[in-house]
Amino acid sequence: MKVPLSWLTEFASIPNGITSSEIAEAFVAVGFEVEEVVEQGSDLTGPLVVGKVLSIQQLEGQKKPIRYVELDCGEQESRFVICGATNFVVGDLVVVSLPGAILPGGFAIAARQTYGHTSNGMICSARELGLGDDHSGIIVLPEGTPGEDAISLLQLLDVVFDVAVNPDRGYALSVRGLAREIAASLEVAYVDPAHQVETATFDINTSGIQVSIDDPTAASVIFIRTLQDFNPAAPTPLWMRRRIEKCGMRSISLAVDVTNYVMLELGQPLHAFDSKKIQGSLHIRRADREQEFTTLDGQVRKLSSSNLVVADDRHILALAGTMGGLDSEVTETTSGLAIEAARFDPISIAKNSRFHRLSSEASRRLERAVDPELAAIASARAAHLLISLGGATYVGSATAGSALPLPTIRFDPQFVSQLLGIVCPNSTVQAHLELVGCSITKLSDSEWTVAPPTWRSDLATPSDLVEEVGRLVGLNSIEGTLPVGRATATLSPLQYRKRGVAQYLASLGFSEVYNYPFVSQEMVDTLGFSGARAASFKIANPMSDQAPLLRTHLLPGLLETTKRNLNRGAKDLAIFEIGSVFRDVTKLTHVSPISTASRPSDESIANIYSSVPPQPLFVGAVVTGELDRDGWWGQGRSFDWSDATSLALSIIELTGNSGTIVQSDLAPWHPGRCAEIQVAGKAVAHAGELHPRVLAALGLPPRTCALAVILSELPVVPSKNPKSISTMPAATQDVSLVVASSLSAATVEAALVAGAGPLLESIKLFDRYSNLGEGKVSLAFTLTFRALDRTLTVDEVTSYREAAVASASASCGAVVRA
Amino acid sequence: MSLSEHSIDDAKATALAAIASAASLEELKEIKVAHIGDRSPIARANQQLGTLSPEERASFGKIIGQAKNAIAAAFEARNFLLEEERDARVLVEERVDVTIPAKRTLKGGLHPLTILTNEICDLFLGLGYRVAEGPELEAEWLNFDALNLPEDHPARTMQDTFFIEPLDSHLVLRTHTSPVQVRTMLEEKPPIYVICPGRTYRADELDATHTPVFSQVEGLVIDKGITMADLKGTLDHFARSIFGSDVKTRLRSSFFPFTEPSAEVDFFFNGRWIEWGGCGMVNPKVLIACGIDPDIYSGFAFGMGLERTLMVRHGITDMHDIVEGDVRFSQSFGLGVK
Repeated sequence: MKVPLSWLTEFASIPNGITSSEIAEAFVAVGFEVEEVVEQGSDLTGPLVVGKVLSIQQLEGQKKPIRYVELDCGEQESRFVICGATNFVVGDLVVVSLPGAILPGGFAIAARQTYGHTSNGMICSARELGLGDDHSGIIVLPEGTPGEDAISLLQLLDVVFDVAVNPDRGYALSVRGLAREIAASLEVAYVDPAHQVETATFDINTSGIQVSIDDPTAASVIFIRTLQDFNPAAPTPLWMRRRIEKCGMRSISLAVDVTNYVMLELGQPLHAFDSKKIQGSLHIRRADREQEFTTLDGQVRKLSSSNLVVADDRHILALAGTMGGLDSEVTETTSGLAIEAARFDPISIAKNSRFHRLSSEASRRLERAVDPELAAIASARAAHLLISLGGATYVGSATAGSALPLPTIRFDPQFVSQLLGIVCPNSTVQAHLELVGCSITKLSDSEWTVAPPTWRSDLATPSDLVEEVGRLVGLNSIEGTLPVGRATATLSPLQYRKRGVAQYLASLGFSEVYNYPFVSQEMVDTLGFSGARAASFKIANPMSDQAPLLRTHLLPGLLETTKRNLNRGAKDLAIFEIGSVFRDVTKLTHVSPISTASRPSDESIANIYSSVPPQPLFVGAVVTGELDRDGWWGQGRSFDWSDATSLALSIIELTGNSGTIVQSDLAPWHPGRCAEIQVAGKAVAHAGELHPRVLAALGLPPRTCALAVILSELPVVPSKNPKSISTMPAATQDVSLVVASSLSAATVEAALVAGAGPLLESIKLFDRYSNLGEGKVSLAFTLTFRALDRTLTVDEVTSYREAAVASASASCGAVVRA
Repeated sequence: MSLSEHSIDDAKATALAAIASAASLEELKEIKVAHIGDRSPIARANQQLGTLSPEERASFGKIIGQAKNAIAAAFEARNFLLEEERDARVLVEERVDVTIPAKRTLKGGLHPLTILTNEICDLFLGLGYRVAEGPELEAEWLNFDALNLPEDHPARTMQDTFFIEPLDSHLVLRTHTSPVQVRTMLEEKPPIYVICPGRTYRADELDATHTPVFSQVEGLVIDKGITMADLKGTLDHFARSIFGSDVKTRLRSSFFPFTEPSAEVDFFFNGRWIEWGGCGMVNPKVLIACGIDPDIYSGFAFGMGLERTLMVRHGITDMHDIVEGDVRFSQSFGLGVK
């Protein structure tokens, strides 16, 4: 909320010598962030005076209207100035800057020759005085005497604080509340403006508009003050207009300005109805059925049946606490007024506001809970102002409901010290609680009953009271202590896995990226996703309507990021991401609202948990170009499909698992160059070259490769104890086998391993020759054998090789190549 | 040829002269064959020993042995010298400019968010905390209700939540990592010491300082007798670890529905106070909703944005650099090895 210093000092005895930054710090100290401090008029130097227009001479032959104006500026002789504005007539009071004045922006005023005359000053617009953006004409004053100092008349010198008010502190959206806070922070005297209002004058009777709260959940208390003989032409006095403007609102008409002024001063939103447009009495009720309603901004809104409204006997007149209706609005002919002040149910107002996406100054306050005592006081304050400024006369007042006191809190004052970790004597606790308006009844030293003030409905628990004392004592007086947990704290296997894989890929030359998980349907279609990978969750309110889907895979983001890097000039590129994906493939429980008054039942918690889909953790990588680069040393080598599959396997092996490669044709990979990798028979990874059509569609280079491994699907393998390391010499044997080309190398290798016996240390495919014809290929392997306790003899090793070959012959039809 | 002392001396002198005159390793090899080999004069003299009387055999054997040793020693010395000369020449010929750039592999790098997250997790692991994680697509009840953010609470609408269709699925993209705290409190009994890093979502447009997808780290401690002084001390320790040992923190009273009292934590860095995050004592309402007795246990929680922390610590001025995945950005951080 924006609040001018001049208004604050009316209720808080802020000392004269204090600087505006000291005041801002005092706000911050008690928990109110100050977003901006504006020193109004600091760049303005007089003389600036009120001038009365005595005559106007229109200068002929100019491209735009130019006036030569005679002014009475309270001097012995008339003053003449040139003026380009036309929104004034003879007799009007205007603001004149005299030679020697400096206006905001360093605009120095001097007497000057122009349009064939001497202009001895300037008539000012609002913008020229730094009062706002209005430059459509000059300021015409509603009051003032010629020669009077306009700087003080217009209250141009002031400091405006823009104070951020947290949602639990609705009372501070008012000068009343902020003055109380700054007074408490600076430890100076405070006068409550609500206590200055005379309410007894306005007796409750049946003469004016009557009111009832038809839905008791809708409001606790309401007051209606009916006035007549109001002069709709009466101007808003300058002091009121300026204060409203400094608070960031606009002056509209006296009736509306008074309701806004009282709202800013006290925090109670008010609404002024034209009383002659009310048929019968007013009712606070629900809309009850869906219907259309035109608010005073001219918008037709569809009301829901549960919207809270103010209605008369026949029609809905206002969207309660949010915005009035066009039909009952105060106009330039209104003479009868009904001023409404209500303490509406905050949640109903929040719902109104959210349903219609309409946040007003009134709704902002009412949804944060308004002091129920204010309904009587603020409506009376507005009535007094309308009577004194607008010539209105009092008709009558009506009320319904009552201002309920807040529940009291049982409180042990030492709880403050216990929770804050400081030493805070009971006397300090008492002083601070009383400063915020609480009243205390002491049952014993350790048992108090604390009654919060009516404007502090946020004070409901002992912790709330601790916060009040804490912010006034100053949280910075707390000396830190460092508690240490007692968990045998270590990372989980998946956390270790994430770290290890990221380190591994980064050391291989991959750069880690974090992509947004937002995907377009177009991308899903381009990549040819189907099944689980096409089962996306959709965001109801996405950042972009183009990308409302949650990713089911890491590739969409990785490919877009690849493209972005290439567009920025990268040529050889290797990127990876580790992140969750979202697939709408599990049947989810839908949970209805569950109370938080106690721990939900185990069944309810289980239901909440099963309303959330599993979100597997993937690592994905995309490579284009050379990872092993060329240069003066010679040729580089492009990353190809086999690099992708071997990398995916390595990642799986990092976790202690071993994978089996199976030929696959999963989109968006190349249908002939895609490996599926299985662990324990379950597909956990895909790797290979991407489909040429997908690459073309995305504008990516041919032969770009990709891999994806589901890290959360890999079993956690208990760490193994190492085998004894043999220091005996190894013996190697090469075998060259001819098999059907449809057989995968991995199958043949597995058959060899199965037959080779326990002393086989390793096996390595070192050649694959496919030009044999007749659907045959030759695969050459090196088998390495080693024993723990002896040097193997040639005969022994030969027999193992033969056993391995026999196994491959039996299960794969392998024949030793001649 | 008859064996005589003189002839042996001659053979020795000839051999030594030849060795001394050998100009190359190849030449020396030939000399070795001629003067040390099986058919060299000395070898032949040795072969004749068998024909001598035992006394003569002993005396000649000694003379021949001494000659053989002298020749072998001369050979080794010459060979060593010639090898030295060859190596010096070849190594000079093989000299290259090792300063020529030979960057054959791509430079990789971890994203600084990963590096920072690991750093923070390690810090708190050392303080006896566990690293807790949870789903990004989360139940509304866990993201809001359990945290004292009932429906229609003004603070709930403040958060610009992404909702998932259909709305009655009550799924949201979590607006903070606090639902991980709730899950922890529902699943475990105190004492609880957890640190919760993760990705979070709020519908803010991407600009120099905002991003709709960002990262948070939150801490939660629930134990007997936990105070706000414990919170302050933990934050001081945290800030010093991340920003340097001379960094100061301050608490400013604030509001969060899930903590009471609540505060903003700022730190003083490079001459100014910088907002870091929110914190406070866990609201008893939250403890109750999670089945923890607030009369026995109290706790604190804190949370900060990792992007902001990174930006301040590394002088990053544009959020775009953090989210766009330009490899040059991650590459500049390398593996985060210090």
